[in-house]
Amino acid sequence: MANLILGLAIVLIFVILLMLFRIQRLVSVAKGEHKEKVDGFNNLNANLMWIFPLIGVIAAIWYSGEAAKNFLPEASSIHGQQTDSLFWFSTAVILLMFVITNAALFYFAFRYRYKKENKASFFPENHKLEIAWTITPAIILTILVFYGNKVWWDIMGEVPKDAEVVEIVGQQFAWKTRYPGKDKKMGNYDYRLIDATNDLGIDFGHKDANDDFVSGKLVLPVNRPILFKIRAKDVLHSVFAPHFRLKMDAVPGMPTQFHFTPTKTTAQMRSELGNPKFNYEIACTEICGKGHYSMRLLVEVVEEAEYKKWYASQSPFLKDNPEYKGRDLKWLRKKKNFASKKQEEKTAHAKID
Amino acid sequence: MADNHNQGDAIKEVGHDHAHDHGHDHDHHHDQSFISKYIFSEDHKVIAKQFLFTGIFWAVIGGLMSLVFRLQLGFPEMSMEFLRPILGGWITEAGKLEPEFYLALVTMHGTIMVFFVLTAGLSGTFSNFLIPLQIGARDMASGFMNMLSYWFFFGSSVIMFASIFLETGPASGSWVIYPPLSALPQAMSGSGAGMTMWLISMALFIISVLLGGINYITTVINLRVKGMSFTRLPLTIWAFFITAIIGLLSFPVLFSAALLLIFDRSLGTSFFLSEIYIAGEALHHQGGSPVLFQHLFWFLGHPEVYIVLIPALGITSEVIATNARKPIFGYKAMIGSILGIAVLSFIVWAHHMFVTGMNPFLGSVFMFLTLIIAVPSAVKSFNYITTLWRGNIIFTPAMMFSIGLVSMFISGGVTGIILGNNAMDIQLHDTYYVVAHFHLVMGSASFFGMMAGVYHWFPKMFGRMMDEKLGYIHFWFTFVGAYLVFFPMHYIGIAGFPRRYYAFTNFDFTKSFTDLNAFISVAAIITVFSQFVFVFNFIYSIFRGRKASENPWGSTTLEWTTPINPGHGNWPGEIPQVYRWPYDYSKPNSEKDGFGDFIPQHIPLSQTPHSNLPHEKEMLERGGNNEDEIKINEQ
Ligand code: HEM
Ligand SMILES: [Cu+2]
Ligand SMILES: [Cu+2]
Repeated sequence: MANLILGLAIVLIFVILLMLFRIQRLVSVAKGEHKEKVDGFNNLNANLMWIFPLIGVIAAIWYSGEAAKNFLPEASSIHGQQTDSLFWFSTAVILLMFVITNAALFYFAFRYRYKKENKASFFPENHKLEIAWTITPAIILTILVFYGNKVWWDIMGEVPKDAEVVEIVGQQFAWKTRYPGKDKKMGNYDYRLIDATNDLGIDFGHKDANDDFVSGKLVLPVNRPILFKIRAKDVLHSVFAPHFRLKMDAVPGMPTQFHFTPTKTTAQMRSELGNPKFNYEIACTEICGKGHYSMRLLVEVVEEAEYKKWYASQSPFLKDNPEYKGRDLKWLRKKKNFASKKQEEKTAHAKID
Repeated sequence: MADNHNQGDAIKEVGHDHAHDHGHDHDHHHDQSFISKYIFSEDHKVIAKQFLFTGIFWAVIGGLMSLVFRLQLGFPEMSMEFLRPILGGWITEAGKLEPEFYLALVTMHGTIMVFFVLTAGLSGTFSNFLIPLQIGARDMASGFMNMLSYWFFFGSSVIMFASIFLETGPASGSWVIYPPLSALPQAMSGSGAGMTMWLISMALFIISVLLGGINYITTVINLRVKGMSFTRLPLTIWAFFITAIIGLLSFPVLFSAALLLIFDRSLGTSFFLSEIYIAGEALHHQGGSPVLFQHLFWFLGHPEVYIVLIPALGITSEVIATNARKPIFGYKAMIGSILGIAVLSFIVWAHHMFVTGMNPFLGSVFMFLTLIIAVPSAVKSFNYITTLWRGNIIFTPAMMFSIGLVSMFISGGVTGIILGNNAMDIQLHDTYYVVAHFHLVMGSASFFGMMAGVYHWFPKMFGRMMDEKLGYIHFWFTFVGAYLVFFPMHYIGIAGFPRRYYAFTNFDFTKSFTDLNAFISVAAIITVFSQFVFVFNFIYSIFRGRKASENPWGSTTLEWTTPINPGHGNWPGEIPQVYRWPYDYSKPNSEKDGFGDFIPQHIPLSQTPHSNLPHEKEMLERGGNNEDEIKINEQ
């Protein structure tokens, strides 16, 4: 492959050099005064002004059909379907604007190409026209703004009370998740409590944290509102769940959130798409360093019953790591003091020795 | 109003009064050393060329960088062994690009293109070159500050260039350098010395922009020749003037953001840092906000988009009117829309931050404001199109690039309507849809404007013509190429591909479009290499081009009244006065007055009795060409 590219590049350079050579000769021939205002190239360029755009549009229409096969499947969340309708509606509008204006641009460029017998018309202004094309885009934009604003508030509005809460934490270069456990109350955290085992910095000073459990993948119940509580440990990250049309930055020091309702289980998607390997995924969309392109988190959407079963089968962090019981900031301070005293003693000893 | 007194002052400041030594303006350099004439020159024309050469140098570097990462994206399996002689340790044992170096390349590419090519190379070149020439001034208000402006840019360039060769690599946290990534050397190796140099380089760059900007603004306000009222300024000057004001108001904010970031990095402050656990250690920083940095950055960052775009639009206005042989349609609406865009550009910045966790109410407000800005942009596009309507169009390379600009501006602009709509931006933010959008509307459009400017004013810069046929080839390769590279990125963006990704192999949803990515890369290679046609043409024509005539495009503006190779001071004799607006192309009855299809700005109305419009006739009857002249005569 490399050689192919290299070869291609070399051929190209060669072709270009050849052209240069030829044209260089033309230059020397043409060095005399130009008599005519334009030469034959003016018509050629004028014609290319419609030929290339036309070819482009045809190619784009053809390819769009092909490309659509690779687009994301229909959104798997309630708000995602709204996002999609809004997107395709707006796309239709802008495509129309795009085609009309570009067509006018290139058609006029071609149609009004230089002709010796013609004179351009002196047409410096026309207030009616200008008002018309101030107001027309204004109206179209107003429609899009109000439509968009409605969808925005449907997405960003109140979090439903019965939302299932899950914590997602970004770090270089992985996502961690935490569930509140049986009491459905997420315990506190503090970044100073983070260590190799308690890598989310869970604060075990309060009983809310006692049954919290962490999980290597995200399991979610279908058709239930979900609330992602999002934070980051080191640098910015961004939770991107393309199939749910969901994105929210993870910011160190500033928790964020996003709520949504998944509408299709993973199994359902697999059979609908005819792809037994299909998986929902979460990616990172805020540059976070070397491994930014590899922060994958698997998401499994399951039926409610299965979710309950899975939830019940998870073992709380404290059960696996009982020594963490009660560890909070007070404990940390004590430990630190102790450690520094020891350090002092050591240095004192060293001095005596 | 500018008058002759001001002009006199300007001459003194410049220090070379050529007004009285015309006749031998070709051999006046005997009293100037090479250094003061070509290196530490205070002549705005020389400084403009310095900006242009440096800009072209950076464009080549930035373009070649994009090829390296395009190869990686298009042909992920490919061995990069052949780059080892250049990149050395950045190629892994396995012959692959180091992922961190990929990010470094993307970062340098973005920084170089936005700041060094399209801010300095475009605005620096043409503001410098055209402001004095088109308003009828002998030089900038302060030639010395103008010279400093270039040399600060040069210093900034040297530092940025040197940073590429650092052991730990240049800044790699993307051109927006969001902390904490950019603040913590333990987060990525480019955040060490590379980031320090980036910040120093940008600080110098900002000083350069400010020195230049103050000069442009002062010059436009104070040094206009008699008769050159604001409503007779060519749209280029309006564009440079507004751009300078935007820059003056927004760059200092980036400066302060950079300064605070420097404090966080080296003094242990916590402006942007809070609750960070990294590399096995909990840092002491608390209470800072990374989002605050984003607000500060985009307070510059969004206006910056217009800082690169507005000069290109100004150039286009001029070139399209000249080559359509028609007045620009809606001169006042064009000024109004630039002003509108300039004001609005300061209150839309947070549309880059819809998903940062910012209050959703703010998101709503910024969506409204953002979409308002589409209206003046649409007005501009319609006015360009109408200017072509019933014109008599001559396709010079400059004209073709200008038409290309309008097309790119529209094509990239319409997707702004989607991205500015926060509900849709949730999905599209930081995907290739954004990359497609801004490369068309900002990258390509501004780049096309810059090319239009070079082709159009080359004869004034170097006294020779560029080769037109090479220009056509260059245009068609660039125009078709830019669409082939950037249009398909929309598809990839709709499919959700995130940007700043070294590879798309880790996710199921990014497994598709491998063919398209390869296609884009091939198109990019062709497009970038076709730019060397331009580089060749440019250099060749400086020395060997056909000799230019005094006014090769039949333009109305003042710069074409100077000698073919104007000396320092621009006009050997007196500066011609201005009597009319700059768009008297194909004015009815102009032949009867003995003019072709254009009447230059310095021709008095009294010489054109047949073609004067009713309000001009009335003005003449009242006793003058200008409102103030009339007033004086009436007294
Ligand atoms: C043929 C020429 C060009 C090609 C092939 C190209 C390609 C690309 C690609 C593929 C990216 C995204 C890389 C990634 O996210 O991993 C990118 C980023 C970028 N490009 Fe270009 N580009 C070109 C010219 C330009 C120009 C003229 C500009 C001027 C505005 C520009 C400005 C940028 C910026 C600001 C970024 C973002 C950098 C970042 O994410 O920090 N590019 N370019
Ligand atoms: Cu990331
Ligand atoms: Cu913006």
